[in-house]
Amino acid sequence: MPSNKSVSDAAITQFINCRILRDHRLQRDDLWVREGKVLDPEKLFFDEKGYADKLVDCEGSIIAPGFIDVQINGGYGIDFSQASDDVSSGVSFVAKKILQHGVTSFCPTLVTSPPAVYHKVLPQIKVSDGGEHGAGVLGFHLEGPFISVEKKGAHPEQFLRTFQSGGIEDLMEAYGGLDNIAMVTLAPELGGSQSVVKELCQRGITVSLGHSVANLSQAEEAVHHGASFITHLFNAMLPFHHRDPGIVGLLTSDQVPAGRTVYYGMIADGIHTNPAALRIAHRAHPSGLVLVTDAITAMGLPPGRHTLGQQVIEIQGLHAYVAGLNAAYQPPTTCSACTKTLCGSIATMDMCVRHFKHASGCSVEEALEAASLHPAKLLGISHKKGNLDYGSDADLVLLDDALNVEATFISGEEVWRKGP
Amino acid sequence: MRLVILDDYDLASEWAAKYIRNRIIQFKPSAERYFTLGLPTGSTPYGCYKKLIEFYRSGDISFKYVKTFNMDEYVGLPRAHPESYHSYMWNNFFKHIDIDPANAHILDGNAEDLETECQAYEQKIAEAGGIELFVGGIGPDGHIAFNEPGSSLVSRTRVKTLAKDTIVANARFFGNDLNKVPTMALTVGVGTVMDAKEVMILITGAHKAFALYKAIEEGVNHMWTVSAFQQHPRTIFVCDEDATLELRVKTVKYFKGLLHVHNRLVDPVLSIKDQ
Repeated sequence: MPSNKSVSDAAITQFINCRILRDHRLQRDDLWVREGKVLDPEKLFFDEKGYADKLVDCEGSIIAPGFIDVQINGGYGIDFSQASDDVSSGVSFVAKKILQHGVTSFCPTLVTSPPAVYHKVLPQIKVSDGGEHGAGVLGFHLEGPFISVEKKGAHPEQFLRTFQSGGIEDLMEAYGGLDNIAMVTLAPELGGSQSVVKELCQRGITVSLGHSVANLSQAEEAVHHGASFITHLFNAMLPFHHRDPGIVGLLTSDQVPAGRTVYYGMIADGIHTNPAALRIAHRAHPSGLVLVTDAITAMGLPPGRHTLGQQVIEIQGLHAYVAGLNAAYQPPTTCSACTKTLCGSIATMDMCVRHFKHASGCSVEEALEAASLHPAKLLGISHKKGNLDYGSDADLVLLDDALNVEATFISGEEVWRKGP
Repeated sequence: MRLVILDDYDLASEWAAKYIRNRIIQFKPSAERYFTLGLPTGSTPYGCYKKLIEFYRSGDISFKYVKTFNMDEYVGLPRAHPESYHSYMWNNFFKHIDIDPANAHILDGNAEDLETECQAYEQKIAEAGGIELFVGGIGPDGHIAFNEPGSSLVSRTRVKTLAKDTIVANARFFGNDLNKVPTMALTVGVGTVMDAKEVMILITGAHKAFALYKAIEEGVNHMWTVSAFQQHPRTIFVCDEDATLELRVKTVKYFKGLLHVHNRLVDPVLSIKDQ
């Protein structure tokens, strides 16, 4: 049945036999798409007297907004922090691969690196729409180098920096520029950092607190200046203490300005955070939880040794550790050369969604929103991503009841489907 | 008239839906000859719409060659408002069936010139060849569509100011805030519905019982506008037990005795699968 041509010639697709996530509930309703955006079928019916050109039978699947990963360092052998001459093909390679995890938009993440790396890598990647070629790039997430020595985690100590000249100049010097940057993680206890937080926020860049030994008031001050995210909560920060909750205390802080939300990243891979800790955070502040993979080069690869930025890491099952500083190769069976410092995860986004739901006991809707709506709101793009509202980009993920990905769509076009 | 009395709301809704289904299928509508159906809104026909959607989903009926004309719509209420009759029809009927959007007609309560809109609507009905079957409900004050007490029994589609009773009855859809309920509506006239070949009135619930009594056991009176259908050659009233509570026992017994005759209209129930 052809659509009425009075408003647009573009084809209209109607997804039927599905449950869609809308208004925070899974509802039995059809989803309509035209020109890459979710369409209001009632307006189509009454204003245009139009109807669908194409029906997609979802056979009872769940349709959720496509997942958004704001912290992913690479995968499938690609390391975004490697200073390569052809970063864009690496980013594109990963962008295509993560479609099968339901991820339709992401922030390629760079760990602490020397200026040479930033100067080389950053200019090669621009914010871009997703499509058949892969998930959309929302901008870089620069995790470091302005972080705490004590909480460097897997970041190379020799490239950590502090603010010398007074803020933005240091950033410009380290990074080379601030274009195509979606988020910066820094430690707010560093001298001069608060004005940097303010400046970055004014430029529309999300500021995240992490790899830090900040106390709660330093963290609150940063939030006051515009910081709105916590990088992988619990990891690389002071543990919660009842007399100074530190950064973790932001989840229930009464100093967060009215109308603003502090979001926090959770690596729900079952390793980085004990399920009980995950539950405490979730129960304290459910609407702020953002699932991230913090995936590294090895995600998608078999066990063994791989590079991450300027370091070498060891894969054992679902665990990824910093390899010993001894340059000689140590076979995986002898762990004498392995440290026990975690350095990113190899769980995929859909695994994280399933694990989060299982560990927290939350509803399907909550689990899905933690991977879509919340990151979209964090980045200030919820007017077009992270939900299935009329007018939003039709980036979709079709899932079965166990939340396994069956198909992924970007702008209404199928870009991945599970094989038989 | 025919008075069909079913035990409860669900059975009454099902009977009415089956009747509509059989009428459409028997008519054998086609691209050259559409079946024109007049439609109501409100809580009474809700069950009937659900049943019709079921029949469509099971493949027993199609609305491809059906043209619909709704009875009324509020004036000044945004079309996308959840309580507009456009929203009601979309959510409870149109979005679930295969009707061509160009064939679903509802008065536009936000039209620039309301009078012209009403006249154009009458024109559309005439151009469609008149209404084959007009389905309607009844208000507690005996009104059909928004033809409030005192409406001319030969009235046509026009703007009406709503009676206090009606506004109060509708308040429950507007958060029980009387100030939020629209005060005017566009409505087909009593005369417009009388022009239909056949009229089916759905009446369920004890709160409609007095209106039903006034409509069929008392005289034709413009204070109870549904009474006009006493002068229509082909009217069916489909109701549940509760709606008959104010009728004479004699009336109820008489029509219940005729149920086996009336049931032949819905049994056997037809299907397009057999064609």
